[in-house]
Amino acid sequence: MNSGHDLGGMHGLGPINPEPQDEEPVFHADWERKAFSLTLATALLGRWNIDMGRHSRERQHPARYLMNTYYENWLTGTEVLLKESGLVTAEEMATGKPQGPAPNSLHVPGPDEALNAVKAGGPADIDAPVQAQYAVGDAVRVKNFHPKGHTRAPRYTRGRVGVIQRLHGIHVYPDTHTPDVTEGYPLYSVRFEGDELWGPDGDAKSSVYADLWEPYLEPA
Amino acid sequence: MPHDGHDHDHTEPPSDIELRVKSLESLLVEKGLVDPATLDALVDRYEHHVGPQNGRKVVARAWTDPDYRQWLQDDASAAIGDFGFKGRQGEHMVCVENGPKVHNLVVCTLCSCYPWTVLGLPPVWYKSAPYRSRAVADPRGVLAEFGTTLDPDVDVRVWDSTSEMRYLVIPERPAGTDGWTAEQLEPLVTRNSMIGVEKARTPEELKGAAE
Repeated sequence: MNSGHDLGGMHGLGPINPEPQDEEPVFHADWERKAFSLTLATALLGRWNIDMGRHSRERQHPARYLMNTYYENWLTGTEVLLKESGLVTAEEMATGKPQGPAPNSLHVPGPDEALNAVKAGGPADIDAPVQAQYAVGDAVRVKNFHPKGHTRAPRYTRGRVGVIQRLHGIHVYPDTHTPDVTEGYPLYSVRFEGDELWGPDGDAKSSVYADLWEPYLEPA
Repeated sequence: MPHDGHDHDHTEPPSDIELRVKSLESLLVEKGLVDPATLDALVDRYEHHVGPQNGRKVVARAWTDPDYRQWLQDDASAAIGDFGFKGRQGEHMVCVENGPKVHNLVVCTLCSCYPWTVLGLPPVWYKSAPYRSRAVADPRGVLAEFGTTLDPDVDVRVWDSTSEMRYLVIPERPAGTDGWTAEQLEPLVTRNSMIGVEKARTPEELKGAAE
């Protein structure tokens, strides 16, 4: 979806103002620790995946997405997913009062299991009998498409021509990924020259490498 | 801005966001949807046990061991995994090397993808709209904000983390470090140099930082 999260090339968002790297804490307030750990812990319940997690934050009003701090966006997404999955009702969310226990079928990981899960990770490459259509060195154009749902093709790449640098393998396709649907497509590293992306306002001595799934691409 | 790291006056009432998080936490605990010990364990891991101290070891070894450097190019996930640095947000690693004519910079324009296993959780600026919007369109301008200037003929490569591939920059080994061991080199490798917004510290800068 074309929303407030897709930021490449936007103007007017101000200076970066980094904190000195030796002084920046991992969390800036205790509520950030909670927003972070609640998001990770509820994701481990298995009712949604990382792509749905990203989409839950993207679906906010763009003005709100941009005004929120980072962990406010995480918290908002987690609340949305808890409601949409049916694990928490809208009334429970509004009142903070539970109306019933968690479903019996739900497995809630304890600390050791949760740590083992994050230490193991969850690979996104899959075995699928898919033949890659493009080879290293091929010129490709990102399709001019504007899906209303989740996608990982940034707007600034659409319609632009780049060159395939590498095939990463067959990776889960984020645009259709749900607990019930896992499609795999070839994932490529594509290099775009700065002036191809930004015209005369770009830097011809810079380039951008984006990872793009085959359905985003067409021959150039 | 209530969340900018200033000391809070503890007589202030809790903010809306603090109440909202507290309410959600107690609801989920009461419903049995989360185990409080799990929340603490996750925070402890990412606050204290995973961070740039991991990536620093990878870079220092790459600087001192040509075979390891080659392994990072051939299969970064396995080479990094050799230290035990594995897991979430580090499943599919790629290392990109800086050199005299090439400078790499990592961003995630769509969210905040970052190699947790080697760098920990990202700093606020990396997740911020100003960095995400400009890193791809004006990388030299962004580098200048970090005090990093490159010769005009240096090829700047920006890696937009749009998939589950995660990028670690191997900065250039600073001059004046011939014969240094990996352990001696590690303090030169900063978090920002592994994102690519700065170069590694020089021995002089390290000495200055220690004084």
